[in-house]
Amino acid sequence: MTLKELYEWREQAKASLALRLGKAPESRPDAPCAYREVLVCAGGACVSCGCASVATAFREVLGQRGLREYVKLIETGCVGCCDLGVVVQVMPDAVLYVKVTEKDVKRIVEEHLRDGKIVTDLLHKAEDGQPYRTAAEMPFFKHQLKVVLENSGLIDPQNIDEYIARDGYLALQKALGGMAPKQVVEELLASGLRGRGGGGFSAGVKWQMLAAAPGPTKYVICNADEGDPGAFMDRSVLESDPHRVLEGMLIAGYATGASKGFIYVRAEYPLAIKRLQTAISQARDKDLIGERILGTDYCFDIEIRVGAGAFVCGEETALMASVEGRRGMPQPRPPYPTQSGLYGKPTIINNVETYANVPPIIRNGGKWFSQIGTPKSPGTKVFALAGKIRNTGLVEVPMGTSLRQLVFDIGGGVPNGRTFKAAQTGGPSGGCIPAQHLDTPLDFDSLQAIGSIMGSGGLIVMDDSSCMVDVARFFMDFCVDESCGKCPPCRIGTRQMLHMLTRITRGEARPDELERLEGLAGVTAMASLCGLGMTAPNPIRSTLQHFREEYEAHIRDHRCPAGVCRQLLRYSIDVDKCTGCGLCARACPAAIIHKFDDKRKYWIETDGCVHCGECFEVCRFDAVLKQ
Amino acid sequence: MTSLSNIQQGISRSGAVAAPYEQALFAELQMAMDFYDRAPDALIQILHRAQELFGYLREDVIRYIAHELRLPISQVYGVIGFYSFFSRVPQGKHTINVCTGTACYVRGAETVLRAFEKELGIRNGQTTADGRFSLRCARCVGACGLAPVAMVGDRVHGQLKSNEIKKLLKAYK
Repeated sequence: MTLKELYEWREQAKASLALRLGKAPESRPDAPCAYREVLVCAGGACVSCGCASVATAFREVLGQRGLREYVKLIETGCVGCCDLGVVVQVMPDAVLYVKVTEKDVKRIVEEHLRDGKIVTDLLHKAEDGQPYRTAAEMPFFKHQLKVVLENSGLIDPQNIDEYIARDGYLALQKALGGMAPKQVVEELLASGLRGRGGGGFSAGVKWQMLAAAPGPTKYVICNADEGDPGAFMDRSVLESDPHRVLEGMLIAGYATGASKGFIYVRAEYPLAIKRLQTAISQARDKDLIGERILGTDYCFDIEIRVGAGAFVCGEETALMASVEGRRGMPQPRPPYPTQSGLYGKPTIINNVETYANVPPIIRNGGKWFSQIGTPKSPGTKVFALAGKIRNTGLVEVPMGTSLRQLVFDIGGGVPNGRTFKAAQTGGPSGGCIPAQHLDTPLDFDSLQAIGSIMGSGGLIVMDDSSCMVDVARFFMDFCVDESCGKCPPCRIGTRQMLHMLTRITRGEARPDELERLEGLAGVTAMASLCGLGMTAPNPIRSTLQHFREEYEAHIRDHRCPAGVCRQLLRYSIDVDKCTGCGLCARACPAAIIHKFDDKRKYWIETDGCVHCGECFEVCRFDAVLKQ
Repeated sequence: MTSLSNIQQGISRSGAVAAPYEQALFAELQMAMDFYDRAPDALIQILHRAQELFGYLREDVIRYIAHELRLPISQVYGVIGFYSFFSRVPQGKHTINVCTGTACYVRGAETVLRAFEKELGIRNGQTTADGRFSLRCARCVGACGLAPVAMVGDRVHGQLKSNEIKKLLKAYK
């Protein structure tokens, strides 16, 4: 395939996507129904909700009704509203059905596809019961701006034609057809794109450094080892629009003079690996990857490397060791990867979302991109909303959007009548943002100023039932597990901090525990070899900064205000509610729940309680209280 | 000690010829190694394939891989020990990975894990006596929108409640 053929291919492909872009062709007068397309979401969450059987049901019912000629079925990538799966969209009406099961398929086919009437009770509804007809009407989508996710939920990720139709590989075509490698780097510098993996280092500067590095062999690596718990942006991009990442890497290779790329993906993402493999072989068939790409002299090959479950491999030097088939242990820097990286050759490592931003930047120009977001953090950011929030899922907003907008306008706030307590960003390297900072704009620098980091974009909302000391303990437990053990400050420091936090949550802390904890946090951050150890104390530091009184309640009063830390809970029985069924007494492993002599009710002896919580869980009458 | 050429021919320690099934597995493993030209840097990829084929990384398989890739066996053990995905002990027919990522933790992953432990009668990290289930914790499976989540094999089960675990397990029996 040559540059010219690619142009013709795109024109053809665009015509076949017309229906989805809202341009409905005239239906024939004798047709049983109008031309439509059914988009079934096949993103990670919908797959686990059974989207495959919904798609099969559509195929069957459409076949039975003789409508297959008129209605096309497409399995797309992630739509974004992951808690509403399985999500089905009908085009060109853009109607969005939520929580669709096999049983609903018949009704959608008969009522909507055949008779043209929308099935109202399958629509998503506002709190007042008012149904939203299309995605655009839902507040969840209304405030979003999609650049990276522009194709997610719209195209079939396994069909290269659909990506081509959405201006796919146009940026590569533009670069190869008329831009010198230097111009590509300049365009990226002009865009101001900062690495989306967490650090926020300028992608353009990185590329410039690699382009300037000597030698014929250079490497481009895509970091898809999305290890932060609570983050699934990269997974979604890879599963929904894999070609976009490949195109970004191809452009990176061209701009920097590299001829080989590696994608390092977590083994936990089998679907992403499968879709990437499909995408690579499709691109190879069309001369978009391999020797003499699009008839030019540019050669670039991409290989997938599957990780094996080590969080530290997200660190760039550890990642390269793992690509080389070794233990994923970090190296001191300098030398930086752009000087001596993979196999000792100059290398750049960028995150999935960074590469996914490259094609639109080259297509529309760096200036266009720099006008989105804030001056210092241009562009958009994809966030994975999770935790105690009404609408979970994947959202993309311009940088600088406030946390309040994200949590309340898009996320719909905290459910079950509880109140917002904190939002955790940046995973185990990040921090907790309390309610008083809800109006902080979400960009790299503002988050750092309040003791958190942007990280890769996981945003976990916590309500007043979360104990911040236990949250810090949770992340420290993670770091202890994932510390590679190479440098003592991280290996020993994280373990000691975990011991201290555990003592606090058990009410066994010494009075000076907080000072000691702060001291050790400082040493670990300063003396560790790599980012894992340097940032491991962040969750402690930010919770101490914003929720110090909660730590003090644990230490001084032996009380957990959120009622989470088991060892500090005291159980009792509300005699008014107790029916005397005796379930709790039978469940108690310490046999300290006794019957009153004169009444058919029970009471709990405080001494000897092992804090297992069994009594609380088995009681059907909410008679067991925990404080 | 079984010699390497014997392993290739499927002859076990006792001298008995291994089942054709075993030979087929080794042949598959060889194909995977050929795909990567027996390059030492493909070690992790080849170990993945070996674990897929044999269910876990058996000692003779590890030795065989080390020999074929011309790597010191200590290095291969080092890699296996480093990555949590590899296992040197047999796993149950179904591996249950209870997600303990942040989103799941906030939404009560601990209760779900305890329900699994109670229902299966084993602790985290163990395998049931009948070899049906292994119970493990995973660090985020990336399905945070559905928290709390557990994976059984490759299948993700979302929005779990501790009283639904019994029913879930029944489907795999």
